[in-house]
Amino acid sequence: MSNATAIVKAGLTKRYARERRFRLFGLVSIVISLSFLAALLITIFAQGLPALRQTYIQLPVNLDPALLAVNASDSPELLQKAKYAKAIEAALIERFPGVTDRKQKMALIRGLLSKSADNELKSQVLANPKLIGSQQNFWFLANDDIDTYIKGNIDRSLPEADRRIKDFQLAWLDDLEAKGQIEKRFNTVFFTSGDSREPEQAGVLGALMGSFYTMFVTLALSFPLAVAAAIYLEEFAPKNNPLVDFIEVNINNLAAVPSIVFGLLGLAVFIQFFGVPRSTPLVGGLVLSLQTLPIIIIAARAALKAVPPSIRQAAYGMGASRMQTVFHHTLPLAMPGILTGTILGMAHALGETAPLLMVGMVAFIMSVPEGITDPATILPVQIYLWSDSPERAFVEKTSAAIIVLLFFLILMNLLAVLLRKKFERRW
Amino acid sequence: MNTVTLANDSMTFPSSGTTTTSSVNKTDVDIHSVVEELKRAKQAVGKPFLDNPKFKTRDVNVYYNQTKQAIFNASLDIGRNEVIAMIGPSGCGKSTYLRCLNRMNDTIPGTKVTGDLLLDGEDIYAKDQDPVLLRARVGMVFQKPNPFPKSIYDNVAYGPRLHGLAVNRSELDDIVEQSLTKAGLFNEVKDRLNSPGTGLSGGQQQRLCIARAIAVSPEVILMDEPTSALDPIATATIEELIDELRSSFTICIVTHSMQQAARISQRTAYFHLGYVVEVNDTNTVFTNPGHRLTENYITGRFG
Amino acid sequence: MNTLPLLLVLLVLALFSFFLGRKRSLAVSKGNRGNYRAPNKLHSLPSYYGYSAMIYAVLPALIVLLLWSAISPVLIAKNVAASLPAEIHNAGATQVELTMNRVESMAHAGKIDPTADPIQQAAAQHYLSLAKNSQNIKTALVLLIALGGLYLGWKMISPQFRARNQVENVVKGLMILAASVAIVTTLGIILSVLFESIRFFQVVPVSEFLFGTHWSPQTAIRADQTGGSGSFGAVPLFAGTLLISVIALAIAVPLGLMAAIYLSEYAQPKVRAIAKPTLEILAGIPTVVYGFFAALTVAPFIRQLGEAIGLSVASESALAAGLVMGIMLIPFMSSLSDDVINAVPQSLRDGSYGMGATRSETIKQVIIPAALPGIVGAFLLAASRAIGETMVVVMAAGLSANLTANPLEAVTTVTVQIVTLLTGDQEFDSPKTLAAFALGLTLFVLTLILNIIALRIVRKYREQYD
Repeated sequence: MSNATAIVKAGLTKRYARERRFRLFGLVSIVISLSFLAALLITIFAQGLPALRQTYIQLPVNLDPALLAVNASDSPELLQKAKYAKAIEAALIERFPGVTDRKQKMALIRGLLSKSADNELKSQVLANPKLIGSQQNFWFLANDDIDTYIKGNIDRSLPEADRRIKDFQLAWLDDLEAKGQIEKRFNTVFFTSGDSREPEQAGVLGALMGSFYTMFVTLALSFPLAVAAAIYLEEFAPKNNPLVDFIEVNINNLAAVPSIVFGLLGLAVFIQFFGVPRSTPLVGGLVLSLQTLPIIIIAARAALKAVPPSIRQAAYGMGASRMQTVFHHTLPLAMPGILTGTILGMAHALGETAPLLMVGMVAFIMSVPEGITDPATILPVQIYLWSDSPERAFVEKTSAAIIVLLFFLILMNLLAVLLRKKFERRW
Repeated sequence: MNTVTLANDSMTFPSSGTTTTSSVNKTDVDIHSVVEELKRAKQAVGKPFLDNPKFKTRDVNVYYNQTKQAIFNASLDIGRNEVIAMIGPSGCGKSTYLRCLNRMNDTIPGTKVTGDLLLDGEDIYAKDQDPVLLRARVGMVFQKPNPFPKSIYDNVAYGPRLHGLAVNRSELDDIVEQSLTKAGLFNEVKDRLNSPGTGLSGGQQQRLCIARAIAVSPEVILMDEPTSALDPIATATIEELIDELRSSFTICIVTHSMQQAARISQRTAYFHLGYVVEVNDTNTVFTNPGHRLTENYITGRFG
Repeated sequence: MNTLPLLLVLLVLALFSFFLGRKRSLAVSKGNRGNYRAPNKLHSLPSYYGYSAMIYAVLPALIVLLLWSAISPVLIAKNVAASLPAEIHNAGATQVELTMNRVESMAHAGKIDPTADPIQQAAAQHYLSLAKNSQNIKTALVLLIALGGLYLGWKMISPQFRARNQVENVVKGLMILAASVAIVTTLGIILSVLFESIRFFQVVPVSEFLFGTHWSPQTAIRADQTGGSGSFGAVPLFAGTLLISVIALAIAVPLGLMAAIYLSEYAQPKVRAIAKPTLEILAGIPTVVYGFFAALTVAPFIRQLGEAIGLSVASESALAAGLVMGIMLIPFMSSLSDDVINAVPQSLRDGSYGMGATRSETIKQVIIPAALPGIVGAFLLAASRAIGETMVVVMAAGLSANLTANPLEAVTTVTVQIVTLLTGDQEFDSPKTLAAFALGLTLFVLTLILNIIALRIVRKYREQYD
């Protein structure tokens, strides 16, 4: 064995130790990154899934015409104005006859059922006016604090002063539970209503529709523009032309500009200068389409570039013009790739929040929007708004809204993956 | 040996006119019968084995991705301080065989090597054999010059630094200077040792890679078509260099050029379809080939 | 007619012109479609004549329609503002703007509030009548241009007319316009932030903004209150942004880079096939979700952890925001690094392994130095992301502008302040809102520089190994 070999051999143990350390560091990096992901998803799902169920309380209500101040035969207009809150109040006092303390009475009337209880009763009665005059059992949405307790998020063993639910309320709840008059049901409210100040009445439908209209505007504007721009840059633009180079620099740079800057643009140009109404899917979509445009252009160019030149040459050889070649051959062949890029760009836009705060989509809006010019909020902004709310019950709503958002994002990404798999072509 | 010999090389092997064409029969074109014939032959024609060889390889089989076999039962010896040339048509397995000798095939996932490969009687593929140590003993020069994007000095110093061969800076300087001198490059680059190695010409880059390989004082240098990317003049310089290096190293060279094999090697191995067909003194292989396939190849009937 | 019905009319007209043009082309060629030698053989396919007629009819009308719709509200508002009584003008620009806001909102609603100030009522009336006139003129003009265009297009059609070339040129022109949207957007960004920033810098000197160390944009409600002007020294914001970005990058860069190295150099193909897309899920999660995670899970966790070892940690500590932002940037950094590392040619790896280098020695001494420009580019892009990131810091970082380097304290950032200053209702003219645009300008310029340098480095690097 030569001298050099001996020296190499002597250093090997140390070098292999270094090798193992380096490799371990790499592995640890992956494990750390993935455990962050796991922690994030587990937290969100653990907090959000309980929101799919909501607490309801059964209450026998005496629909006394004297109390409601209407009769079964009255017109719907009169029935609308009947005193349903009074009937519920009376029913509550009757259900818990022992309550005499003023404070406790207030807690009973205001704090057990959701504030929407009278509306629920109204709609039941309007649907069936014959109920008036009889005693009926109704299930009412419980107040958010009650719901939080029932879901186990308030610790009974805490001293009373530190609890949102006091001892006398616990006694009521125990009584209700013992009689089977309290239960958790699937939370339809969450999927069928707009925002609300009351957590138990808040839903994502308004935000979901807002997101839908905003995405519609974004897609309608950015897709044709992006495809046209990509075709020009990839198929027609002269090479080494300073203007074309400038366009390319702009596109690449716009893809990396902070999203909030697009919000400033939207505020100053669309709202202040052009007078587009604030808080609407229209202005939100305008901003997002500018932001999504470079992403789709870059994807579309890559897809067009992947079509081999032989196809174009074949078309030219048949006497097709450049434009005909593009629209008859290149573009259809590149379409799956362009669509994949578009879906991914739209998924990105769906999760975007910051620029939309700038154009007023952060307003509190209860109604579900019905068009692109109705004031609306969108799902990510709804998440931001709820996460800012002090009520404990909004935490699970926020997480649930995140689950809804992630569901749509996963759906879009799956679609993109499937599209890519189905139309993937090796030339 | 110098560039002038280029013109006279055709003297060293028979022209197609001097051999009898009758030995070429139709079955040569039929690949299946050729494979059958190679399979039947247990051993290469000529003198594949030596006494006290540097490398002793027996029944070497190499598989890629478990399914595709690249080398079949290769058995041959490589002598000390000789230049052995491996020739054969493209895809015949000569490069794969070469890369077994310092376990470079390890870096390609899914490669499996069976059989005995012994370096000085030591099993190269033994469990306790260390590829790092092995590669320090068996250096390699590649087809395309691949200097690292570092200075000329750092390129040559890379190996000694890795393996801790120099105790201090002046020792390292000595190693770098000696290696560059041996590679015949020192005079050309001594004024710009700190400029990037990628800035040299192709031939200079390849000599830099040779200097890099010899800086760790290996026992064997493997060369995988080292001149195929170079022009004739740079090729001639490298060939001269190989001849000089023979005194201190064993050199295995894979080449596409039969003239090159004839000029620089003492022994030649002919590979065909993953089989070692013939191994013998270079002179014998080129003047009096023992196998029909070898003869067909060197007379230019295929390849 | 309103804009939407007018657009529908134009759509119908477009279809009509297409069929009219095609029919006319067949008529003028007298049915000589297939015969190449016929004297009246059409130059192009008949449908191109249809498209040509369509373009003549619709394109100019559409342009006029869009221009008119964009410009007329501005002109009307100017006219109405000018017609306001002198006393309002004398009260200052803010007063004019305020009045105009009310007038416009009344006019847009379509009904005039009878309880409003009579001056405003009159102005709104004026506004409505002007708007109505403008609407009528617009309708008449657009229809006239459309019909005129159609006639011209119809007249042009002859066998010699090169319809295809003309249609293709128009389509190409439209494509160039689409491509130019990128330039217009950049220009729009620059102009919008620049204009407002200039107005801001007329009130607050640039030097105070850039070098002042006190930030409290809360202006007093009444001018006679003390401290009415607020102070706009942005250094604490820059420092806060820097602090959070440094924490984020300190997490994302080593983890992302090492993850990329492990996946491309060590991991078995099967592990890579699973770990890589899983890691990319992190990149697909919206920032607002990270913000929620930071505010609700990470920040309390760090606070408790700090308390357990006797440190006082702010509930909105820079560390929490930076940590979560770092997690968010890991996949960004790793996928960029992965591209760069894979671009290093295999021959360099072979060269190093052939010398007897171990994998880690090859990575550290050959691959990383060779990939360094690309990695630097990736780092700069990640830094640009970190600086411009908004939701995580809005939800997890503080609002008060502390000038501190302690990651356990609450700091605020440029983006947080932009959001705080511009959400909610306030006048558009106060230095407070204008300050947001000045901050936006700073942010844009900073990220622009980082992006351009990074993109240039990455591009050069790619060319090197192509």
